[in-house]
Amino acid sequence: MPTVVFHQPDSPPDVVEGKAGTSLMRAAVENNVRGIVGECGGQAMCATCHVYVHPEYLDELEPIGEDEDEMLEDTAAPRLDRSRLGCQVALDDALPEIHVDVPPTQV
Amino acid sequence: MEHVVVVGAGHAGVQCAASLRDGGFAGAITMVAEEEHLPYQRPPLSKDHLGEEPTPLPLRGATFYGDSAVELLTGVTATGIDRERRQVTLSDGRALTYSTLVLATGARARRLPGVDEAHLGVHQIRTLGDADKLRAALEKARRAVVVGAGFLGLEFAAVAGKKGLDVTVLEGGTRVLGRSVSPDMSAHIAEAHEASGIRLVLHEGLSSVQVGEHAAEAVVGASGKVYPADLVLLAVGANPRDDLAREAGLEVADGILVDADLRTSDPAILAIGDCARLSNPALGSPGRLESVQNATDQARHAAEVILGSAGPFAAVPWFWSHQGALRLQIAGVRGPDDPTVTIGDVEAGRFSVLSFRDDRLTCVESLNRPADHLAARRLLAGDRRPGPGDVTAPDFQLKKFAAP
Ligand SMILES: Cc1cc2nc3c(=O)[nH]c(=O)nc-3n(C[C@H](O)[C@H](O)[C@H](O)COP(=O)(O)OP(=O)(O)OC[C@H]3O[C@@H](n4cnc5c(N)ncnc54)[C@H](O)[C@@H]3O)c2cc1C
Ligand code: FES
Repeated sequence: MPTVVFHQPDSPPDVVEGKAGTSLMRAAVENNVRGIVGECGGQAMCATCHVYVHPEYLDELEPIGEDEDEMLEDTAAPRLDRSRLGCQVALDDALPEIHVDVPPTQV
Repeated sequence: MEHVVVVGAGHAGVQCAASLRDGGFAGAITMVAEEEHLPYQRPPLSKDHLGEEPTPLPLRGATFYGDSAVELLTGVTATGIDRERRQVTLSDGRALTYSTLVLATGARARRLPGVDEAHLGVHQIRTLGDADKLRAALEKARRAVVVGAGFLGLEFAAVAGKKGLDVTVLEGGTRVLGRSVSPDMSAHIAEAHEASGIRLVLHEGLSSVQVGEHAAEAVVGASGKVYPADLVLLAVGANPRDDLAREAGLEVADGILVDADLRTSDPAILAIGDCARLSNPALGSPGRLESVQNATDQARHAAEVILGSAGPFAAVPWFWSHQGALRLQIAGVRGPDDPTVTIGDVEAGRFSVLSFRDDRLTCVESLNRPADHLAARRLLAGDRRPGPGDVTAPDFQLKKFAAP
């Protein structure tokens, strides 16, 4: 199972496992990772699952979709080049580990 | 010690418990949860749950409750409230004494007279159990009839159509989503579903379900017409679960009546989410909303009220619905007669319908235009809103207008 490391702004990182094919948001919610809300259940409708992907993993991910791109324009914490919606990032056995930063705010 | 008892562990109840702890509440918290499962998110039930992702998405991970000192009693129903003694009686025979009681009992799928949902092939959708049954039925069914063209009915129709079923949607009203969206948006959504092969029959109610030896075989419309079906979904709205409150003598009117602090007619009891109705809602709002946003924002507010730190409740309502390729997002609440202006590219199916009352923006419905939606949420939270004159300008963009 792929491992996701969520780096928190002010506490030690959360290291969790998720099932391949499911989303990074689900791995966070199932494991109570602080700072990931997922209010719309993964529909790219709420932008409360915003993460900053560590640059070395960016190219390994599916490209940003049009809807995701527009939703990222208005996140609570500023958008960076490495911003993604956690619900639109699928975990994959080909990428056994991924590191992301949790932004300071989601709502 | 202070003891908050929360009845119902849906979106509202769980958020309230979490916000109490986030706000530093040091007393005891007990959640009474009729459903057996780890509390889960409801919206996916009519969407991904029927398709690619049958694993329920929890509201919080299993360790949340222990870690946050929230006692979660699953499979237990609250059966009565003794307001004098401040006690809730439970189906397991116990009674809990509360200092504050929060009712977050949600709603239940509305039933239709003369239809027995116990028949194989007749479905409703509110709980995980309902969705699992529906998912299994979808694997075998060939012809589905959906009664009711509301959000749930259309979301299901889109999933079933995509799976290759022959789908007919019956709607008693004059248009789809009649109570929820503007006529322009409604017309576009109806067209898109029809273009994808779903049959829509307006002005057609349900008279009865014909049941063969084992299972449903057809729906008989109010017109007398017979619609063959091996899967019937009744999606005709939901009723607030206000019976517990009514029996306890609280004021109830199609929902548990609450004031601006979300307190019921007994100040020791609050009500939030689908089950609650504001006695004095903002102009144009129905006072009772069924949405995740409403449930979680009211839950956060109720927690502040209990902690004694609440300002006025002023959340902008927003909602989404995902129907196949249609991604609808709504911010604000429109009155039934509010005039509208449409912006964007209707042909391409990417546009927003803006509603106004006395030239003041009340609601923005966006189809496949997430940027408009997010801008609208910010605009509706404030007083600097565009008028009908602004939005008809050729280069008008909500996002630009909303920019600080
Ligand atoms: C299939 C479906 C799809 C939806 N899709 C969307 C969507 O896309 N977007 C959106 O914004 N909203 C959507 N909604 C609406 C949204 O899910 C609800 O508004 C939300 O769940 C309300 O939260 P709640 O906590 O008030 O009620 P609920 O989530 O219904 O929770 C109430 C809980 O209380 C329990 N309960 C009731 N009485 C008792 C008792 N006496 N004792 C113990 N427990 C009790 C119930 O069993 C239930 O688990 C959808 C709803 C459904 C059913
Ligand atoms: S969970 Fe809502 S946008 Fe990702």
